[in-house]
Amino acid sequence: MGIVILAFIIALVVGVVLALIIGAAAKAFAVEPDLRKEALEELLPGANCGGCGFPGCGEFAKALLSAESSPECCPVCQPDSLKKIGEFLGVSVEGKERKVALVRCGGHNGVAISTPYNGVNDCASASLVAAGGKGCEYGCLGLASCSRACAFDAIEIRNGIAIVHPDRCIGCGHCVDVCPKNLICMVPASVDVHVYCNSPEKGVTKMKLCKASCIGCKKCVKASDEDQMISEGFLVRTNYSTPPNTDLIAATGCPTKALKLASIHALPEAPEEVEP
Amino acid sequence: MKRKEFLFFQGGIHPNDCKDRTRLESIQVAPLLDKYTVIVGQNIGAPSKCIVKLGDDVKKGQIIAEAAGFVSAQLHSPTSGTVKRIVTCPNAMGAFVPAIEIVADGNDEWGSPFEPIDDWKTAAPAELKQRVADAGIVGMGGAAFPTHVKLSPPEGAKIDTLIINGAECEPYLTADHRIMLETPEKVIEGAAILGRILGVSKIFIGIENNKKNAIKLLRFKALGTGIKIGGLQVQYPQGAEKQLIYSLTGRKVPVGGLPLEVGCVMQNVASTVAIVDAVVHGRPLIERITTVTGKSVVNPGNWRFKIGTPVAKAIELCGGVSEAPRKVILGGPMMGFAQKTLDVTLTKNSSGILLLSEKETEQYGSDPCIHCGRCVRTCPMNLLPSSISLAVESERFDVAEKQHVAACIECGACSYACPAHRPLTQHCRRAKTALAAQKKALLK
Repeated sequence: MGIVILAFIIALVVGVVLALIIGAAAKAFAVEPDLRKEALEELLPGANCGGCGFPGCGEFAKALLSAESSPECCPVCQPDSLKKIGEFLGVSVEGKERKVALVRCGGHNGVAISTPYNGVNDCASASLVAAGGKGCEYGCLGLASCSRACAFDAIEIRNGIAIVHPDRCIGCGHCVDVCPKNLICMVPASVDVHVYCNSPEKGVTKMKLCKASCIGCKKCVKASDEDQMISEGFLVRTNYSTPPNTDLIAATGCPTKALKLASIHALPEAPEEVEP
Repeated sequence: MKRKEFLFFQGGIHPNDCKDRTRLESIQVAPLLDKYTVIVGQNIGAPSKCIVKLGDDVKKGQIIAEAAGFVSAQLHSPTSGTVKRIVTCPNAMGAFVPAIEIVADGNDEWGSPFEPIDDWKTAAPAELKQRVADAGIVGMGGAAFPTHVKLSPPEGAKIDTLIINGAECEPYLTADHRIMLETPEKVIEGAAILGRILGVSKIFIGIENNKKNAIKLLRFKALGTGIKIGGLQVQYPQGAEKQLIYSLTGRKVPVGGLPLEVGCVMQNVASTVAIVDAVVHGRPLIERITTVTGKSVVNPGNWRFKIGTPVAKAIELCGGVSEAPRKVILGGPMMGFAQKTLDVTLTKNSSGILLLSEKETEQYGSDPCIHCGRCVRTCPMNLLPSSISLAVESERFDVAEKQHVAACIECGACSYACPAHRPLTQHCRRAKTALAAQKKALLK
């Protein structure tokens, strides 16, 4: 019985000694918690997307406190939370425009010619084999490289093409670099009218491969005010500095429906995509 | 006495060569079509520059696109006629490239930019080399590397061996085999011309042992010329540059090096014959021998097609298809390019048109690596395709680089051997492209 009590006493003594050492070390080596950083992190989205260029929200908060970065660099923050961060830091935050990704291809399986491909399930690898399975060299391969790169589930692969959900996209731009066809660009979220085609080829060539391509008929250019739509070769695109409003779709009557509203394009059963 | 066996490279595979369907078909000359779409930029290096305009009348053999720089090749009109349009046309790699559409006038009238060289045996090597460049000759085995560049070794390089590549190790293809059987004199003469240009007397012609009749015929024709014909073990990729050099000379090309570092220059049989046409007959390279085969073709055969012949027309000439092909490949089945449209036109390096039927192209999904090591044993470059592939799957291109993925010749032997059907070659290719892009970005 005596040995049990002895062991108990030894454990107790060791415990007390260690506790004293830890207690002393905690006093001696105490680090002042940066309350400002913690409070700032509370205001940041906490998504750790890296869209600001820093490894995560914590590092971004540090950078903000040391004035290495500015609150606008966060692509996720909405205007109201930006304002709060600005108040917290005591700097004025300029209202920034929210940007979203745009995949400039509307050639889904129903309209675009494509051939079966059964190699590596990755856009960059697929584009090495006959430039991908799509008939159109410039078109979206629909193998979801961008969708996998998106941390916010904003890109959906439906019917063979990548479709961005503008409401979910926070504009971190991760998808832009992974697209081997350079189809994705960042556009202001306020603009809804886009041309879903990126092929610079002639209209005849394009129409053979994809019935939803922009044939460069310039109907939309004529229907819009000056400088709202830009025509480059056989391809028209929205001028994002002076964008047209949504009435343009009805006013144009795009023959191939390449001119679309992003919000409608993202709908589960986009009405304009239903085959007549 | 048993003839001295040639060496044999390590690795490789032995697929069914499937050459029986066209082995005995003599070369047929394709009739004149009403139009040809000649792709501008058929060679590796700088794409040629188009020098004709809409509505221009061109003669057969007239230059329609000029070489843009040293590593580039001239392009000639395949027939006489009018330039109807400058269009964009898909090339074998699936990219849209500019092409010149020529509507034939039916006369097929020659307008060659140069005269035959009367006696090449006394002509200056520089003149002969210039002729090779003027005739737009490129490596017709598949790579389309401009031949005159290969014939211009840098100062100080000592070239002592010329190798003519008649291995034709790709299954299905018999174009080079037929060339050697039907025009053996041209092969020998071309080899001698190349020997004169390079100033070498040691000339080998490497042929795989599955073409015994070609080996015998060329040995007979080469009597007294000093040209050696090497009968090589049948093993894919025997016809790959580095492997063939090793088999014939025992020299190993260093990793990342060129054949000229070991004193060798290699030319394809078809290019060799094209050189004879250019030098002796004064004709530029405007046609080539192409094998059209596969179970889907009604009448497989070897054809002399003009450059710019649409693939769809070529298939039509062979009697069309008996069943819808599952896969159309330009080139050989191992290294050729899968096609997605028949609008593609033949280029200087289209050695074959394969229409593989459903039976010939079993489709598999790929499974995880089982670490059996078959790809490692088959890799003729002694790489580790299995671990490169695993690195690429996790996008660790730096790891792939350390494993010398850049030395991969993309022969496809690993993918062929893999029991888990892993896309090893595609992974290697992805790593090579990604590393090249990284390097380019660093340079900027």
